[in-house]
Amino acid sequence: MQLNTTTLIETDLTGVVINLGTIYRIPRGEGREFQIGDEEIVVFRTRKGQVYGVQSKCPHREGALADGITGDGKVICPMHAFKFELATGHPIGNDCESLKTYQVEVSDSGEILLHWSSKIM
Amino acid sequence: MSSKKKIIVIGNGMAGARLVEDVLARGGAEKFDFVVFGDEPYGNYNRILLSGVLSGTHDPKDIFINSLSWYQENNIKLHAGIRVTSIDRENKIAHGTDGTISVAENYDYLVIATGSSAFVPPFEGLKSEDSDKNKDGVFVFRTLDDCEAISNYAAGGKKAVVIGGGLLGLEAARGLLNFGAEVHVVHLMSHLMDMQLDAHGGAALRRSMEAMGVNVHTEKSTSKILGNGHVTGLEFKDGSILECDMVVISAGIRPNTQLAKDAGLTVERGIVVKDCLTTIDDENIFSVGECAQHDGKVYGLVAPLWEQTAVLADRLTGRKPEAAYKGSKVSTKLKVMGIELAVMGEKEAAHPDDEVVVYNEPGRGIYKKLIVRNGQLAGAMLLGETSTAPALLQAFDRNSLLPENRAELLFALNYESSGGAVSVDAMVDEAQICNCNGVSKGAIVNAVKGGCRTLKSLCDATRAGTGCGSCKSQVKEIFEFAAGDSAVEDPSIHYYVPGVPMNKVDLIEAIKDQELKSVSAVFDALAAGTEDPASKIGLASLLKTIWPGEYDDERDARFINDRVHANIQKDRTFSVIPRIYGGVTSASELRRIADVADKYNVKMVKITGGQRIDLLGIEKEDLPAVWKDLGMPSGHAYTKAFRTCKTCVGTEFCRYGVGDSTGLGIKIEKRFQGIEAPHKLKFATTGCPRNCAEATIKDIAAMAIEGGKWEVIIGGAGGAHVRKTDLLVTVETHDEVLLYMGRFMQYYRENAKYLERTWSLVERMGIEKLREILVEDSEGICARLDADIQAAVDAYVDPWLEAEEPHHPSQFMNSLVQIQPMQPTYAGVVM
Repeated sequence: MQLNTTTLIETDLTGVVINLGTIYRIPRGEGREFQIGDEEIVVFRTRKGQVYGVQSKCPHREGALADGITGDGKVICPMHAFKFELATGHPIGNDCESLKTYQVEVSDSGEILLHWSSKIM
Repeated sequence: MSSKKKIIVIGNGMAGARLVEDVLARGGAEKFDFVVFGDEPYGNYNRILLSGVLSGTHDPKDIFINSLSWYQENNIKLHAGIRVTSIDRENKIAHGTDGTISVAENYDYLVIATGSSAFVPPFEGLKSEDSDKNKDGVFVFRTLDDCEAISNYAAGGKKAVVIGGGLLGLEAARGLLNFGAEVHVVHLMSHLMDMQLDAHGGAALRRSMEAMGVNVHTEKSTSKILGNGHVTGLEFKDGSILECDMVVISAGIRPNTQLAKDAGLTVERGIVVKDCLTTIDDENIFSVGECAQHDGKVYGLVAPLWEQTAVLADRLTGRKPEAAYKGSKVSTKLKVMGIELAVMGEKEAAHPDDEVVVYNEPGRGIYKKLIVRNGQLAGAMLLGETSTAPALLQAFDRNSLLPENRAELLFALNYESSGGAVSVDAMVDEAQICNCNGVSKGAIVNAVKGGCRTLKSLCDATRAGTGCGSCKSQVKEIFEFAAGDSAVEDPSIHYYVPGVPMNKVDLIEAIKDQELKSVSAVFDALAAGTEDPASKIGLASLLKTIWPGEYDDERDARFINDRVHANIQKDRTFSVIPRIYGGVTSASELRRIADVADKYNVKMVKITGGQRIDLLGIEKEDLPAVWKDLGMPSGHAYTKAFRTCKTCVGTEFCRYGVGDSTGLGIKIEKRFQGIEAPHKLKFATTGCPRNCAEATIKDIAAMAIEGGKWEVIIGGAGGAHVRKTDLLVTVETHDEVLLYMGRFMQYYRENAKYLERTWSLVERMGIEKLREILVEDSEGICARLDADIQAAVDAYVDPWLEAEEPHHPSQFMNSLVQIQPMQPTYAGVVM
């Protein structure tokens, strides 16, 4: 798999677990986006090796949360510094709606696994 | 049986309730059960705001600090409306009654916070002839009930006299004016507020009050209240008579100590307590607030009371078992009848060497006086105009050495930093304060009422002041205005970044001592491993300054602009500004720029204010290719660093030019490009004092003057804040200009707070001090500063070279994987 181009995968989305590729494509402490059908997800990789998945756009003015600063389980949007809790999606210090969260984990071999709801898109 | 100890608090005023809050805030709910006795049938309210209730600016419900439900939520048993009548120290029981029901509660610890009550001198004719009650129309001013009684009575054009020209009396007078009453104040002493003001100050206050329609009578000793069942006038010792319909007695307060006295505790002016706030007779009984006497002093202001409750809470909860109360420095900032007033410490010189600084402007009702002893502030009073009060209060509290130029202490020399023309209380609620986030004064006040007691929690809750930050001083003023004495000192305001509890000096020392070279190393060593995201960028900036060339550059600690070396726009495209040294370009460079604009469908090509060209609307993925095609270095228009040096054409073409400003500007940019700092740095060079390059509003600039000289000027601002530069030094050569510019830059890099612009540092330190350090080398650090800025210059690498060698394969990628749904013919994922 090439590291510096967007990977295109065709699949049906009825499966419950989607492999999003190696964790090392996301720099430590940063986030990158994944497009799953119509949904855009951002996955953050913390310095300590955890991953979080949330919707990619800030509910305030659609800032790209993947470009935000993360730490202590939070993300700060790069546009206007709105802050959110990554595990729950809850806003911190603002009254935006919560971010949609996605269940992601890292496999033993270092792959990002997304637990997708079994709906057919 | 609960293993918790039981604390009874007698008195539900500002001290009693505050003590309970302070203990709970220190985790005391685990250790203690609380029972609170309150005389008044309410929750706890802010007595300081009673004058606001009387004058109609505050609704009674707005002055409550804790409602009755607060007591329930915190499992505090409140006996509202029940007065404690005796304390049985032997069996540790307090007995109380509301006149019909009796209550007895046993205690482990007892806190007496009974406060004080209005002192009513035994005037002849005070009481009605046929009863023990005061004559109709005679009031005191102390409680919410008093307020209501005065309001009900005063309505409809009465003639009212306030006995007592102290703080409370004048506030009562203000309230009465609002009811359309004809108001007189009679005062025993020769000038108003004689406890706080000297004779000049008292006279100035009197003039201001008379201008508002209050009749002031000083040196009047009331002897008799006239009238038969109903007050009709006052008779004075000098025989004169003043007719009136109502009287408000405000002749001072007396500590409520009878209960303590009956219980056999030592009472002088107040209940005598030790540094630990226990009574000298019983180690299970404490006293705080206006009823307590410590080291011979009884305090009638709220700040000392806060200090007392904090000490007692520290001791009770065991958080600081050795905490001791050492007495308070008394200061107050208040408003009497709309007249601003701040007083602290002593009001007259007391030693032969005391320096007294006075400013008196009777026409505008302004009077200011400082008493300086050994270079420190021993006392101050500001009347009519108090913009420097916060700085004075701080100097007074901390005993700091005052600046040589005493005028700085009396006048806000910078108009804007004093918050502008309109004082915050005169503003309407709809007035927008934070223009970045659209936060109104009303929203800020509501957040404070809703429980924000530190400036930081207020800003976090409302987002006020979190945009460009230029409104911060105003937000702070409104916070202080709304919170009054309930404001809590927030230690985090002194932190360099919010997530590491250290000021900049201590933080730098720790980073150097422990050789912390990455942001994550700082979090691990100094913040228990918690990576506060809001602190990362500030730490990264600092580390880069401390360890030039050695810094372990973790890219996740950078803002997105610094990860991709371009400025993010609202649609997530980026702006690319190549460096154009000194604003001088060429035909071939322009051609390349034009080709790039065509090739990458640039949405807008714009000439910037810094004499460069901005290519807007470039996709993140295209950035490396754009840089390669431009073949020009980064202009750093996206980061907290040296930005650009604006130039005029100087001697080369201009017929007025007296110095080569263009050549100097190019040298400056080549030398300082890319050097990071606490905030952006804008430079200019101008070839003559006509100042076409607008050098006097730049962070650092050089201005050519006749005689082959250059003035190096610093601390200008032309953005959200506007300020003219100050002269650092006058020199003769380009090299000397570069030397002093670099030296100041390094000093700024090391000493400014994160996101503090140069103008603020210059204002904060004063240009004279900076000249001493940077020109006269008073601290012997100039050679070291010069070497360190040279190291930063040497460590510079054009970040756009990452077009060839990205820091990470996905550095310029938004999306890593795209999954497209297809007909579900087979399951599974192909990788």
